[in-house]
Amino acid sequence: MRFGPLVFLSAFFALSLSWCGLVLTPQIQLGRAVQETNSVAKSDLYPQERPGLARQGLQVYRANGCAYCHSQQVQQNGTLVDVVLTDAGKNSNTLAEAVNASLHTNFNAVGLAGGLPKPLLRETTMEEASSLTAVIKKAGGNSEMHLDPTGPDIERSWGKRRTVAQDFLYDSPVMPGSQRVGPDLANVGLRLPDLNWQLIHLYAPRAQVQGSPMPRYPFLFEKRKIGSELSADALHLPQEFAPADGYEIVPKPEAKALVAYLLSLRADTPLYEAPLTPPPARPAATNAPATNAPAK
Amino acid sequence: MNATGITSPAGNTISTSEIDESCRVPLFTLFVSAAVWAVIASVFGLIASIKFHDPNFLASCSWLTYGRVHPLATNALLYGFAMQAGLGVAIWIIARTSQAKVVQPWLISFGGQLWNLGLTVGAVGILAGDTTGFENLEMPRYAVVFLFLGYLLIAFFSLFTLHNRKEPVLNPSQWFLLAALFWFPWIYFTANYLLLSHTPVRGIVQAIVAWWYSGNLNLVWFGLVGLAVVFHFIQEFMNRELYNRQLVWFTFWTIILFASWSGIPHSAPAPAWIPALSTVGTVLTAVTVLSVMMNICATCGHGCSQKENPPPGKFIAFGTMAFAVSWLMNVVSAIPGVSAYTNLTWFTVAQWQLNIFGFIGMAVFGAIYYIVPQVTGIEWPCLKSPRRHFWLAAIGIILIALPLAIGGLVEGVNWHNPQVSNVDVAKTALNFLRVSTIGELLILLGNLLLLGNLTVLSVRYYQKHFVPAYREATAELKPVEAKP
Repeated sequence: MRFGPLVFLSAFFALSLSWCGLVLTPQIQLGRAVQETNSVAKSDLYPQERPGLARQGLQVYRANGCAYCHSQQVQQNGTLVDVVLTDAGKNSNTLAEAVNASLHTNFNAVGLAGGLPKPLLRETTMEEASSLTAVIKKAGGNSEMHLDPTGPDIERSWGKRRTVAQDFLYDSPVMPGSQRVGPDLANVGLRLPDLNWQLIHLYAPRAQVQGSPMPRYPFLFEKRKIGSELSADALHLPQEFAPADGYEIVPKPEAKALVAYLLSLRADTPLYEAPLTPPPARPAATNAPATNAPAK
Repeated sequence: MNATGITSPAGNTISTSEIDESCRVPLFTLFVSAAVWAVIASVFGLIASIKFHDPNFLASCSWLTYGRVHPLATNALLYGFAMQAGLGVAIWIIARTSQAKVVQPWLISFGGQLWNLGLTVGAVGILAGDTTGFENLEMPRYAVVFLFLGYLLIAFFSLFTLHNRKEPVLNPSQWFLLAALFWFPWIYFTANYLLLSHTPVRGIVQAIVAWWYSGNLNLVWFGLVGLAVVFHFIQEFMNRELYNRQLVWFTFWTIILFASWSGIPHSAPAPAWIPALSTVGTVLTAVTVLSVMMNICATCGHGCSQKENPPPGKFIAFGTMAFAVSWLMNVVSAIPGVSAYTNLTWFTVAQWQLNIFGFIGMAVFGAIYYIVPQVTGIEWPCLKSPRRHFWLAAIGIILIALPLAIGGLVEGVNWHNPQVSNVDVAKTALNFLRVSTIGELLILLGNLLLLGNLTVLSVRYYQKHFVPAYREATAELKPVEAKP
């Protein structure tokens, strides 16, 4: 019964199955993925290719194994929905009755129609929000839903929404990481957009974060004698970490590239599979391509 | 135990000593190199671990930054030690159970040397910053070529040896080894071709392929080889057949069908069906653990506990327990509710270490301690050292896996509480990591013990076989010289 060919064919069959399932099918589904439309600013495409320096920085990130301590996978538990009334319609009395019946509130027509846009429901589920918007629409009004992704990672401000396949489209190698010795970096460019902060942090992490367990990366910097005057890109280090008098610390091209890459990490574009409502105060933030030049 | 030899049907009988002799050359290459890589892995593992005591330890040298030392340690452990020693044991098991001499031992040995050349080149590449960025696949492209060719040579002639077997029906260890020998080239070629060729797959598919490869390597390849070793030696030590062959066949199928889907974490930023399928496959491997443990318990019966277990048996028993624990950890941490807390933490590292070192490593150590004296005909120089090595390795791996598993859970709970700052979460986990440094140190000592023993044994073998031969050759000249 158990002859060689049978064992071989069993293994062949099982491995083909797994290969088709987890290599071939994902490649068919995702291998030819193209840019996707920003689901709010419809004229924008996402993602944009990272700028050249950031692409070099990805290679510095790879070579020094940053991914062994930092993941790039923001997790999301769910989405909370706010319903905001934007237009009370022609007959605000009908609308007020309908809303009151639905929400067990006691709005009057004038109160409801005044001061638009007016939030009606906060942090509710998609089902409740949809039923309310349906009621409003039936009564002739108009409303918007605001989507807020939730979860511990998002509360830690590691990201605005969960990380999706699209965020890695132009990266090679893709390094989503497997460990969180340090914080997630999927949106470090949004969270810590200061170029100088990043450079000093790479040179001496403890100069920026008290008690940080991150190692220093002095080999990405050059220590050199100050010439006639301090170099333009010399680091301004606190006393404790500063080099001896007469010397300055200047980032090497690798350090600049790595920081350019880190600053290009900002995956906050609303997408069909990961919707969110961009904060109204700074609409520009979501319209900008994810690969903008480092914010100054 | 079973050193008396295999009674084979009359005709072209091949004695056990002839089979052992044919194993000698490839096994010498594979075992000594594996011991060297085990030491290298634990030295770099120790360096990586010390960096958690003081992040500035060796930080100013780019070659020794954590992000290079750590992947080197894991690659040396995976490919240098566990896989190489596993292949050596596999060759011996295949030759013994097939009652056939190893085909082309020198070419297998050459394959082993190619493998080691690839590893050395790759290790230097990783330290120089040429890593590929894919976990478990860090070896750069120029090293992969040697590794792949080396493996093909080893596997091809091992399969040839299997082909020359006396009995057409394969026994359980042989099923596992046949499947494993065939499995690796496929997954290794797929992963390297799709990730490191000039036109790699795009976007997240890269990460999916790398995860698929890791799952297939860590669970399927090492699972198949590790269980082949465990099953073979349990039969050999207990001097009886496995309790239920049908159940072993079932185990075999569950590994190749279910474990081959594992590896893609629940957190993966990919379409949900991919991690979901992977989770289903991983959870179903619980059946594998159950079937293996049932079979082994029934085979050993009361025999296990009553006899004083010699060191090789101790190693195998520990490996079996580590297999059950680590695979169950893998199952539990794949369940979505749990994986939110265990994934991306040290828990996964604990599971990985327990699987690779606790299960495969220990099983292979036991096999080496049993095989080498038989193949060379020389006892271990220090008879107590296998026992000492066992305790060092066993306590070492427990001191790594236990603190990291607990630390990982604490870390996972802390990451879920946004009130705890990033630095505080990392610092809490550091305390557990620091305990694991002691484990790394013990394992290093154990590995040094094995390497030392193998070296002394090789010297003695040389003295026993080459020196007399040399003397004989020179002695004949004397009378000739004396006459004139």
